[in-house]
Amino acid sequence: MANSTPNQKQQPSAMSYTVEQLIAVNPYNPDILPDLENYVNEQVSSQTYSLSANLCLLRLYQFEPDRMSTQIVARILIKALMAMPAPDFSLCLFLIPERVQMEEQFKTLIVLSHYLETARFSQFWDEAAKSRHILDAVPGFEQAVQAYAIHVLSLTYQRVPRSVLAEAINVEGMSLDKFIEHQVSNSGWAIEKSQDKGQFIILPSNEFNHPELKKSTADSVPLEHIARIFPILG
Amino acid sequence: MDGTASFDYDSQQQKPGAESVAAGYDPNYVPDSVKSFVGHMYRHIREKNVYEIHQMYETSFQSISDRFFKDSPWPSVDAVAPYVDNDHVFCLLYREMWFRHLYARHSPTLRQRIDSWDNYCSLFQVVLHGVVNMQLPNQWLWDMVDEFVYQFQSFCQYRAKMKSKTEQEIALLRQYDQAWNVYGVLNFLQALVEKSTIIQILEQEKEGLVQFTATDGYDYNGGSNVLKFLGVIGSHITTIYHYGFASLMLRRYVDAIREFNKILLYIYKTKQYHQKSPQYEQILKKNEQMYALLAISLSLCPQVMLVEETVNSQLREKYGDKMLRMQRSDDEGFALYDELFSYACPKFITPSAPSYEEPLVNYNQDAYRLQLKLFLYEVKQQQLLSGVRTFLKVYSTISLGKLATYMEVDEPTLRTILMTYKHKTHAVDSEGKITSNADVNFYIDDDMIHVVESKLAKRYGDYFLRQIVKLEGVMSDVDRIKLE
Repeated sequence: MANSTPNQKQQPSAMSYTVEQLIAVNPYNPDILPDLENYVNEQVSSQTYSLSANLCLLRLYQFEPDRMSTQIVARILIKALMAMPAPDFSLCLFLIPERVQMEEQFKTLIVLSHYLETARFSQFWDEAAKSRHILDAVPGFEQAVQAYAIHVLSLTYQRVPRSVLAEAINVEGMSLDKFIEHQVSNSGWAIEKSQDKGQFIILPSNEFNHPELKKSTADSVPLEHIARIFPILG
Repeated sequence: MDGTASFDYDSQQQKPGAESVAAGYDPNYVPDSVKSFVGHMYRHIREKNVYEIHQMYETSFQSISDRFFKDSPWPSVDAVAPYVDNDHVFCLLYREMWFRHLYARHSPTLRQRIDSWDNYCSLFQVVLHGVVNMQLPNQWLWDMVDEFVYQFQSFCQYRAKMKSKTEQEIALLRQYDQAWNVYGVLNFLQALVEKSTIIQILEQEKEGLVQFTATDGYDYNGGSNVLKFLGVIGSHITTIYHYGFASLMLRRYVDAIREFNKILLYIYKTKQYHQKSPQYEQILKKNEQMYALLAISLSLCPQVMLVEETVNSQLREKYGDKMLRMQRSDDEGFALYDELFSYACPKFITPSAPSYEEPLVNYNQDAYRLQLKLFLYEVKQQQLLSGVRTFLKVYSTISLGKLATYMEVDEPTLRTILMTYKHKTHAVDSEGKITSNADVNFYIDDDMIHVVESKLAKRYGDYFLRQIVKLEGVMSDVDRIKLE
């Protein structure tokens, strides 16, 4: 459950192929600006994602401040939030002038990013509920954040109390039962019931919540290094 | 090529801008040593004697500058042209050095900035498209590109200081809006990258990772304009500096620490050989800045075992005290992050032209302020982590409740702090692979925290391999000795 962005496949569609080509050939050409803007909208509707194309667009906006569309910028930032735990959101912010960041909708997104970065999920969901008008434009937002929350939980916990999980992914009651059931049959989760403490979820083991699984890289020597002594051995 | 046309007005244009230049400068007076300098240089370039060119470029130019042109520019290109057969390309090269000398010692006028841009355009046209059969020392080529980027940054800074502009200057800026235009600059750099096939060279070296745009310095992820002329130490150091800085901003602390450590050790060991180089001061400056960046990286990710002993003791000497205070999550610690970052960050620029209609405001500090602010956000988010580290280092197991009491927070808050620690110390790449930068490993089971001691890994395998190769060397040396 490490990969947190199952909803944003990086697969290029037929159109993206040409956009990626445009960027590769001529990233500093203001004429491709409209194509890149359309491409952002396409990423939103098809639930795909291309960080490099979006950064390229933000860079062009820097050179052409008059042509900046705040609506497009907002969409790019929401997509970047959905790419957590990758640091895409701050990469984008570095390219957006401070006076633009002062706008209300961007302030909200920055606060949301801050809550996610500091794993304060309950505050995040409260704030997100108040900002539906900004976030609803981008389908798949909730699922992407849930995937990120599960990623962080799996790095941290072997067994996580049901209530902690519920808070992190903002799902409760019957829906939570269904959610867990789905994960049990698809992602290797398990349920444990304890008499006095309620339900626990056993998260799949990885080398971060079971450090003993960590392969000792110190003992392994890469083949290239061994190859250096082949002439001597022969 | 219409490059020569722009030379004609050079000497005329010199006079209005002469306030910034020492009185009594006669652009047409050519001292004998300059005559012989350009004459020899011209001959060496025609004969492709790279060694001699390099000597003259590194040493003679410097010493003549010190002797004759401490306070004034070199003679105008028109004045020296007769001594070099009016050679078009040589004149372009001469002017490039002329401007570089001017930029280093005086503050150039707007007209001079524009002329220098024109000269670069003509020069790069020749380099990129010309069939010029010419070989210049790598050092010179690197300096040229480095200077080009520097002059671009300088132009952006100059343009951004709108408040003090005269009407004349603004009119000139409008008239020559193509000069130092950001697209022009970037396209030249990209064309040079392609021409140099540097990417292929880097890939061959398996260093394809080193990608960083020197111009739009705050684009940490994209760009590929790094020109690494192999063997040119200045460029090598600059590359690592930018790569390390980008890693730091991307939270790849272990990467940043490793790279800074390697290059600082290298500088430490080879410093004495560069003392005479004109780049020496530049190297020292970068050296100091990288120690500051290393101090930041280690404060955010305390993995001192990644740092070589010599580098570490230098670091302690310079920043030991500050680093201790940076561990504290109070305002003073925070202010130190601010101080070190401001000292060590690259120059940031705002590449767009101002709107001349709106009230004139200075915006030259905008980009830097934004970078600083965003970096301090990150520091703030991590401020509680150093406290948690301290406790985790002394326990092998501890309950959430107990640790929460020690840290004076409630249990839900502690859970978020622990998850923040995990998030900030684990980077996920585009393929979903997780790399850990963690200095302390732990996991939570139910409401118990289990800390796993990370053993210092000794690299036996590598050590043995190296010894085998060494022994083989000794044995073949011994074999070669013939006993009489």
